[in-house]
Amino acid sequence: MSTIVLLLITGLGLGALYFLVASGLSLIYGLMGVLNFAHGSFLTLGAFAGWEVARRLGADSWGIFGLALVVGAAVGAAFAALTELLLVRRLYERHIEQVLVTVGLALATVALFEGTWGSDPEFIEGPAWLRSTTDVAGAPIPNDRFLAIGAAVLVLVGIVLFLRYTRFGLIIRAGVENRAMVTALGIDVRKAFTLVFAVGGAAAGLGGVLASQYFGYVSPHLGAHLLIFAFIVTVIGGLGSLTGAAVAAVLVAVLQQFANYYWGVGDLVVVLLLALVLLVRPSGLLGRSA
Amino acid sequence: MTEPILRVRNLRATVAGQQVVEDVTFDVPATGVTAVLGRNGVGKTSTLKALLGLYDRTGEVTLAGERIDRLSTDRIVRRGVGYVPEDREVFAGLTVAENLRLAERDASPRRELVADLFPDLVKRSAQRAGTLSGGQQQMVSLARALLNDNRLLLVDEPTKGLAPKIVTEVATALAEAAASAPVLLVEQNLEVISRLATTVVVIDAGRVVHTGDAAELLDDPDRIQRLLGVHTSENAA
Amino acid sequence: MTSQPTTQQTSTPPDRATAPLPHDENVPTPARRRWLMLAGGFALVVLLACLPLLAISLPGVLPGPTYTPGTLQVLALALLVGALALSYHLLFGVAGLLSFGHALYFAVGVYGLAIVLDRTDLPLLPAACVVLVGGIVVAHVVGAISLRVTGISFAMVTLAFAQAGNVLVRRNPAGATGGEEGLALDTTHVPDALVGVMNTRNLYWLALVVLVVVYAVVLWVERSRAGHVAAATRENEMRVRVVGGRPYLVKLLVFVVAATLATAVGMAYLLLQSGAVPRVTSADFTLTLLVMVVLGGVGSRWGAVVGGVLYTLLDQRLGALAASEAIAGLPSVLRVPLSEPLFILGTLFILVVLFLPGGIAGAAQRLSHRRRREGARDLMEESA
Ligand SMILES: Nc1ncnc2c1ncn2[C@@H]1O[C@H](COP(=O)(O)OP(=O)(O)O)[C@@H](O)[C@H]1O
Ligand SMILES: [Mg+2]
Repeated sequence: MSTIVLLLITGLGLGALYFLVASGLSLIYGLMGVLNFAHGSFLTLGAFAGWEVARRLGADSWGIFGLALVVGAAVGAAFAALTELLLVRRLYERHIEQVLVTVGLALATVALFEGTWGSDPEFIEGPAWLRSTTDVAGAPIPNDRFLAIGAAVLVLVGIVLFLRYTRFGLIIRAGVENRAMVTALGIDVRKAFTLVFAVGGAAAGLGGVLASQYFGYVSPHLGAHLLIFAFIVTVIGGLGSLTGAAVAAVLVAVLQQFANYYWGVGDLVVVLLLALVLLVRPSGLLGRSA
Repeated sequence: MTEPILRVRNLRATVAGQQVVEDVTFDVPATGVTAVLGRNGVGKTSTLKALLGLYDRTGEVTLAGERIDRLSTDRIVRRGVGYVPEDREVFAGLTVAENLRLAERDASPRRELVADLFPDLVKRSAQRAGTLSGGQQQMVSLARALLNDNRLLLVDEPTKGLAPKIVTEVATALAEAAASAPVLLVEQNLEVISRLATTVVVIDAGRVVHTGDAAELLDDPDRIQRLLGVHTSENAA
Repeated sequence: MTSQPTTQQTSTPPDRATAPLPHDENVPTPARRRWLMLAGGFALVVLLACLPLLAISLPGVLPGPTYTPGTLQVLALALLVGALALSYHLLFGVAGLLSFGHALYFAVGVYGLAIVLDRTDLPLLPAACVVLVGGIVVAHVVGAISLRVTGISFAMVTLAFAQAGNVLVRRNPAGATGGEEGLALDTTHVPDALVGVMNTRNLYWLALVVLVVVYAVVLWVERSRAGHVAAATRENEMRVRVVGGRPYLVKLLVFVVAATLATAVGMAYLLLQSGAVPRVTSADFTLTLLVMVVLGGVGSRWGAVVGGVLYTLLDQRLGALAASEAIAGLPSVLRVPLSEPLFILGTLFILVVLFLPGGIAGAAQRLSHRRRREGARDLMEESA
């Protein structure tokens, strides 16, 4: 029983990280039709930014950890917004080229991170509480899991509120459905493009700081590793669907944890799940059927 | 005759590498309804989309003296062009109120006018547009355009697939709209045309083949037959 | 059998005086052009085949004279990577399938052959056949599933499958793949002529043969009915379906052929590098393939080869540059980026996508068109 609880909560924590990456991917794809390969780099840079804050100001205070989270999110958002403004925008509506540019950016930035911080993982510090455990139904759960879950829930709620109650949110929701019609109502939808990149980048940057707590280290490849599972999550959840991303993130991560624990084949099971979903429902769990 | 509100010269448009508007030239007078006629697939919708910059286009388009053929779609619309697309294109996942809110581009949108024209929409403002009937969706689509003060309205087959009673309602709303702004109307329903149109432009195979007075054309069944083909069998196809 | 780079050199720069006019006898008619291309390609292959016997030095491009094993190793690697890029061209350039998992089939060749040679007593050729069949089977299964979706979803799904391969290799199931360490080539059943530094030139020739064969197969597929349907599907799938074509089957066919070619190249790669490392299964590796094809010019056969060769040489040279003293002396703002080959290549790639649509092949074509047009205009003016 306690094993199951442990696997479940750890899986939820991992799912939270997947969601933080996948939410941005899914929104960006839904609105702009762009598969953003550089999204992993937003996360990695956010993680390093948070790590630098903690390293310089002292790692074990909650205040500074909070600051690290904010800085990670801000750096992710700024990096993402610049990516949209300087690279993606120039290739308006040319989706393949847009993907290629983000691929180039991913390759170049990971190399740059390696050059700057070295290619080996840096082990991280944080508030002591994060490294201890809490008993849930007899299972000792590492506290960073709760933090990741809490943050992901907050981000989900935040994005949902933003989409529901702001004019930009309205434009984004409408744009995901029918971008051309949004422009035909006199709205410059490109402002919304920059905004979704920034929002997605902020979630990824935040995810970076949390992921480095979850895994215990930062490395230039942290983002690329999570990105692949985030891709799987977005396809399973249905491209462009935020709720789909949330559901699929939990599903994939929990399944992965259980399969890893009992058979040691978590990653393979996830790919099998993907194959299964594609065979049964090519548009994903909550995607619009094409 | 006063200056036309819209001048179109040698408009060409391509979609997916295919030329769908060959060479279109016409004027839209500053008042009244100009009807665009033509059989299915001749390029009427594409002409409107090209005017709005939704399709890649070349040629000269002038709105009230200003060239708009280089502007992006949202800029053209903000110059005062309302658009009611074919097949309505309401945002199915948004509520009626959200659809309308999104369309408000003026500082003081004409909410009362719209509420008067379409009382049904007020009642259903919290309903998702995707769950409305075809006629109700058409009203949302019209309302989105009428909320703003337009210098020109582009309306594409607003009565397509609607029940006769709704067709009348839509035509009434259009007549109301035409009182305050000129309308370029794509329409297949001859009754609606005879009720609203002052001028006609007939398109065939991506080109303008006839322009003139609406009443004159409508009084000449042979000419209609020749320009538009056998209308009834066309509709059946 | 041709290799178009030379064709470009031999047939394009039209002398202004002899530039084409409708009935000029110097106009390369299609048949004449094809003959020229064939001859040029043949000449290039012969030249490449002779390299190990010559002592050509290209300082800054090659590490040493062409007969030295070190240089031949680099050149052979460049040829194999060119062949691999060519197989990717079949997927992306011809059928328009943006796959992020092509490395998987290459890895099947590399690891498959390494494992079969390690675990069985099969001689090289039968072992290679077994691996090839294995590659075809894997490609069929993965292709059949991934092709259920199109566009971006297809890209992600192929990526996911390749990632599964990567995980499998790193996990080292039953000690078969050697995990992170990789797997050394067991040379017991490999002919002596293909083993050892002294035989690098044989491996080089093998690489050249592989490239020529891959080129021939790609050319054949492109010219076949299936190739035409695949290209039509890329442009407009709906229309192909309307006229009764079977886009799914054609795409699957192209997918499997491209994968099989990659498997074959992978086996030659194993022999050349005498070992398998997990990097060849990584997503990054597929991405670099994409970089090569785009660099060379999407849709161009010779562009893909040139992209692959150029990328490999650049990667090697930039690696050498990074380690050089000139770089070590720079301030860190410059030193850090310049000592990362992938940073420079990634940036170059972004610049090509933004400013050089059509890559190298596209630029070459624009250049030769312009020259030809100018030539024709000059002649018109003269005759007027
Ligand atoms: N998005 C599109 N993709 C491909 N072909 C199109 C597209 N839009 C229009 N066409 C083609 O352009 C032609 C004109 O279409 P359209 O303008 O919709 O005609 P109409 O509105 O007069 O019925 C048709 O042959 C149609 O098939
Ligand atoms: Mg139409």
